[in-house]
Amino acid sequence: MSKFLKVATALALISTPAVADTFGLGRTALPEEIAAWDKDVRPDGTGLPDGSGDVLTGEEVFADQCAVCHGDFAEGVDNWPKLAGGAGTLADEDPLKTVGSYWPYLSTAWDYVNRSMPFGNAQTLDADEVYAIVAYILYSNDLVDEDFVLSNETFADVELPNHDGFILDNRLETEHSKWVGEPCMENCKEDVKVTMRAMVLDVTPDEGKDEPAPAMVEDAPVVEETKVEEAPVEEVVALDPELVAAGAKVFKKCKACHQVGDGAKNKTGPVLNGIIGQAAGAVEGFKYSKALKAKAEGGLVWTDETLAEFLRKPKAFMKGTKMSFAGLKKEKDLAAITAYLTSLGN
Amino acid sequence: MTNKTTGKSRRAFLKGAALTGVGLAAGKASAATPDPLITEVQPWASGLGDGVDASPYGLPIQYEGDVVRRNVEWLTADTISSINFTPIHALDGTITPQGCAFERHHSGAIDLKKDDYRLMINGMVDRPLVFSYADLERFPRENHVYFCECAANTGMEWAGAQLNGAQFTHGMIHNMEYTGVPLRTLLEEAGYDTAGKWVYVEGADASSNGRSIPMEKALDDVLIAFKANGEALRKEHGYPVRLVVPGWEGNMWVKWIRRIEVTDAPVESREETSKYTDVLENGIARKWTWEMDAKSVVTSPSPQAPITHGKGPLVITGLAWSGRGAIKRVDVSKDGGKTWETARLAKPGEKMALTRFYLDTNWDGDEMMLQSRAMDDTGYVQPTKTQLREVRGLNSIYHNNCIQTWLVRANGEAENVEVS
Repeated sequence: MSKFLKVATALALISTPAVADTFGLGRTALPEEIAAWDKDVRPDGTGLPDGSGDVLTGEEVFADQCAVCHGDFAEGVDNWPKLAGGAGTLADEDPLKTVGSYWPYLSTAWDYVNRSMPFGNAQTLDADEVYAIVAYILYSNDLVDEDFVLSNETFADVELPNHDGFILDNRLETEHSKWVGEPCMENCKEDVKVTMRAMVLDVTPDEGKDEPAPAMVEDAPVVEETKVEEAPVEEVVALDPELVAAGAKVFKKCKACHQVGDGAKNKTGPVLNGIIGQAAGAVEGFKYSKALKAKAEGGLVWTDETLAEFLRKPKAFMKGTKMSFAGLKKEKDLAAITAYLTSLGN
Repeated sequence: MTNKTTGKSRRAFLKGAALTGVGLAAGKASAATPDPLITEVQPWASGLGDGVDASPYGLPIQYEGDVVRRNVEWLTADTISSINFTPIHALDGTITPQGCAFERHHSGAIDLKKDDYRLMINGMVDRPLVFSYADLERFPRENHVYFCECAANTGMEWAGAQLNGAQFTHGMIHNMEYTGVPLRTLLEEAGYDTAGKWVYVEGADASSNGRSIPMEKALDDVLIAFKANGEALRKEHGYPVRLVVPGWEGNMWVKWIRRIEVTDAPVESREETSKYTDVLENGIARKWTWEMDAKSVVTSPSPQAPITHGKGPLVITGLAWSGRGAIKRVDVSKDGGKTWETARLAKPGEKMALTRFYLDTNWDGDEMMLQSRAMDDTGYVQPTKTQLREVRGLNSIYHNNCIQTWLVRANGEAENVEVS
C-alpha cells in the first residue's frame, strides 16, 4: 500500500493516471458506446454537435413538441415550468426562475432539451431541432431577434442575463461560524406567541379518504341502455388508413401522459383504448378531476364530435380539467386523432 | 441509561405528578367490569392462523394500512415528476422500510432489469470501462447506514407554517443500510486521471438526471449501491443500482446510475443550476450547497400522531441527523423555546445517519409548544426559522433545517405552527 501511495503521489505531480492494483473486471467501453451515452454539454460548449436552428423553425418545433406543457409562448401550462419571463424578479417575494431570468448557462438549456425532453419522449429530437427550440426559448425571453440562428458556431455569442447571479456555498462562513457553541437552556425568551398556523392555510392533503370506494359507482343512476333495434342505424365508415397514420403522429403529443395498446396503464392521463364510444370518466382506476366527473354524471359520452370539441380547447370545454393540454388547433389533426383512437378499439 | 439520567427523569416525573395533584398510586386506572378480551376465549386463541407462505413476501398487517407514503398533489404538475413523503410520524427506530421510504422521480420510476443494466466509466481515465451488474458484485463491498434527504425537505415551510404533519414537513427523508462498492474502487479500476477534479454521474432514466461531484468526495465515501436494508433496491429507489452520496442532498444520489465521467470541470447541468440552487434575499443564488445541515423534528406527538392517552407518562420522540457528521445531542422544549431539556439518544449518533431521540416525560395535560434542536459533532446548533430567514430570506426553497414547532393542545391534538 505504501508503495502504491508513493507511486500515486509521484504520478500526481505530473498529472498522469493514478495506478492501483485492479481487479480486471468490466470490459473496455467502445468508442461508439461512449459516443452514444456521453452527450453532456459544458458551459464553454464542449460536447455540442454541429448543427443549427433558427427562431421561426424553433417556434414550429416548440408548438409541436413542447407547448403541451410549456405553453405556446413558453409561458407554462398549469404547474409545468415556465421557460420565459421573470426578468428582474429574483429578489422579489416570489421570483420567476426561467431560462431567461435565472439560468446561468445556455449550455444547460441545450443539454437538458437534448437529453431529457420532450417529457415522455426524450432523446428523439435531432441536433438541429434542439438548436431551433433553444433559439426559440431565447427569443421568448427577448434575448435574441427573430432572425437569430443558434448553432455550434453562434453558441458562444450568447451570454444569459443571470450569468453572474451565483455564488459558491458560503454557509460555513455566514451560518456555521454563528450557530455554534453551548445553546441557551433556560429563560431563553421572555414570551412565546403563536404567529402562524398551518390550519389556517388548510393545504394539507386528507389522509385515507381520497376517493369513494368503487362500489359507490353502483349507486349512481343507471342510464337506460339504448335498444339496438330502435337506434338509428349508423353507417359504418371504414377508417382511412392514412388518417389513422396521421393520427398516430399527432398522438405523440399525448404520449407523455396517455398510454394505448396492449399492456397500457393509467399514467398522468387514463388509458385511451376504446375511448371512442365510451362514457366519460369510465376508465377503471383513474382518478378523474371533479370537472370530468361532473360531465360524466351529466351523461357525457366520448364520440368523434365530443372528443374533437374537448381537444380543440380542453379548458374551455371542461373548466377544471386535469388535462394540461393547450389543444389541437388544426381540424385535420382533430380528425386524425379521433380516427386513430377509433382504430385502437378496446 | 446512567444513574444520573434515571434520577433526573424520576425527579421530573415526581415534580410533574405533584403539580397535577395526582399521586403515583392514583395514577393507575381501574376497571369497573372484567375485560371480555381477557375473560372470554377469543377466536385467535382457539382457531388457527395463516400457514407459512400465506404471503411469500409479506406486507404490513392490514391495521397498519395508514402507514404509507403520501404526496401533496398541488406541489407538482403530475406524479411522474414529483415527490412523496415517508410516514415518519408513525415509524420508530431509525431504519426506514423501503416500502414506505419517500420517492422522488424526474421522469418516473423505470423498469430496468439486472441483465439490461450497464455502468460506464469514461472521460479522464486510462481505461474507459463498461460493467455489468454481475461485475459489480465481484468487487469488495461495504455496508453503511446513511440518511438520504431531499434538499427540498421542509421547503414548503420557508414562508410560514403550511403543512400539518411531520410526514409532510419532514418526510422527504429515509435512512437505510446500503450494500455496495465504493466509487473509489471503480475509479481506480478505470485508472482515473488525478488531474480530473470532478466526476459527472448520470442516471439511465429519461430525465438523464446528472450531477457533478468533486473528486475528493467521490474518492471519500460515495457508494455504488445495489442493496438496501438487506434486499435489492426497490424500483422506485433506483433498482438495480443507485449512487449513495452520504450527507449530501438527495438529488445527487443518482438512481439507475449508468455513467460516471471523470472531468476537469463541472457540467453545470440543469439540476445543479436551475434547480438545487438557493436564491438569497438579494436575488443572488448559492450554488453547490451539497451538505445537508444538522436538523431534527419531533415525530410524535405531532399533527398526525396526537396524544390519545391524556395526561401522565408521555414519550416524546423524534429524529435528528446531520450531513456533516454525527449527532451529539438533541434538546427538546415544551414551551416554544423558553426552556430546554436534553433528550436521550437511543444510541450514540452515527455519521450521516438518522439518530432517534426520546424525552420520557410526564404530561400535565396543559398546552405545549414542542420543539427539538439538534447539535452535531462540528459544534453546529440547529437554527430557528428566524435565524435562517435573517441570512437567507424566504426564497431559498432548499436546505430549510429550521427548528419545527408543534402546538399540542390540552385535548392532545397537535398543529404545525410558527412561534415568536
